[in-house]
Amino acid sequence: MMKRNLWLLLAVIALAVGPLVYHGKDAEFAGSDNQAEQAITALDPDYKPWAAPLWEPPSGEIESLLFALQAAIGAGLLGYYFGRRRGLAEAGGKPQDHAAH
Amino acid sequence: MHIMEGYLPAGHCIGWAAASAPFVIVGLRRITRVVREHPQVKMLLAASGAYVFVLSALKLPSVTGSCSHPTGTGLAASLFGPTVTTVLSAIVLLFQALLLAHGGLTTLGANIFSMGIVGPFVAYGLYRGIQAIGLGSAIAIFTAATLGDLATYVTTSFQLAIAFPDPASGIVGAAVKFLGIFAVTQVPLAISEGLLTVVVWNLLSKYSKGELAILSNLSRKAA
Repeated sequence: MMKRNLWLLLAVIALAVGPLVYHGKDAEFAGSDNQAEQAITALDPDYKPWAAPLWEPPSGEIESLLFALQAAIGAGLLGYYFGRRRGLAEAGGKPQDHAAH
Repeated sequence: MHIMEGYLPAGHCIGWAAASAPFVIVGLRRITRVVREHPQVKMLLAASGAYVFVLSALKLPSVTGSCSHPTGTGLAASLFGPTVTTVLSAIVLLFQALLLAHGGLTTLGANIFSMGIVGPFVAYGLYRGIQAIGLGSAIAIFTAATLGDLATYVTTSFQLAIAFPDPASGIVGAAVKFLGIFAVTQVPLAISEGLLTVVVWNLLSKYSKGELAILSNLSRKAA
C-alpha cells in the first residue's frame, strides 16, 4: 500500500511541476479568482463591487503566512489522526476515543 | 471558486444564501446526531475537515498558466455524506473570508453552494453509484473527489454567468468565458485532488477499519 501511495504522490507532484516546466517564463500563474474579477469588469464595466472585505492581510507576506497557517492546522490534525490510529493498530487495540470523557 | 466580496449583485447574494442555508442546518443536525450516536467517529470527522483545510490552502499551477486550488470536499462527502460536508466547507470559507480576504461574507452563500453543496452532492452520488456497480472503492473515491472538485468550479462559472451575462452572447457566452477561467484550469488540479484522496483512503482502509464500518452502515440508513 505504501508503495502505491508513493506513486500516487509522485503523480501529484508531476501534475504540479508539469505546468511550470511547460510554460517556463511566459505565464504569470495568476490566481483564477482574480482573473474572474477581471472578466467581470470586462463584461460589465459599470459594475461597482458594493462590499469590501472587513479586513485584508496588509501584505502578500502576511497573506502567505495565513495560508501556511491554514495548511499547517489541517496537516497537523491529519498527522495526529493517522499517528494515533496507526499507534492503536500496532498496539493491537481497537480504535476508541476517550475524548468524550 | 471564491467569488470575491461585493462581486455578486445583492439580490444574487440573498438568493444563494437562502438556497444554502437549509443545507447548513440539515448538516449541523446530522453532525450532532452522528457524533452523539457514534462518538468514535469524532476524530475522523475532524480529520476530514482538516483535509478540506489543507487542500483549499494549496494554490497549484495549472496547464492554463494560472493558479487555483482544490476543494478537498470529496473525502468528507464520501465518508459522512454531503450535508456534513456543507458545514465543513462553510467553516473553511468563513475562515478564508474573514482572515484572508478570500471570498467574502456577501458571497458566502454562493460559495457555500458551489463548494459545500454541489461538489459534495456530486461526489457522494458518484461514490455511492460506482460502489453499487462494483468497481471498487479506489476508483469510486478517485472519481468522486475529481468530479466533485470540478463540479464546484463549473457551478462558480455559472453563478457568475447568471450575474454577469455577456452583452452580446448572453448567459451562455459569459458561461463559456468563466468556464475557460475556472473549469479548464481546474482539470489537472481536480485529478490531483482525486489522487491525493485515494492516498488518504488507502491509509484509512489500513488503519481505520472500525470507523469505516460504522460510517458505511450509517450512510446505508440515511443519506
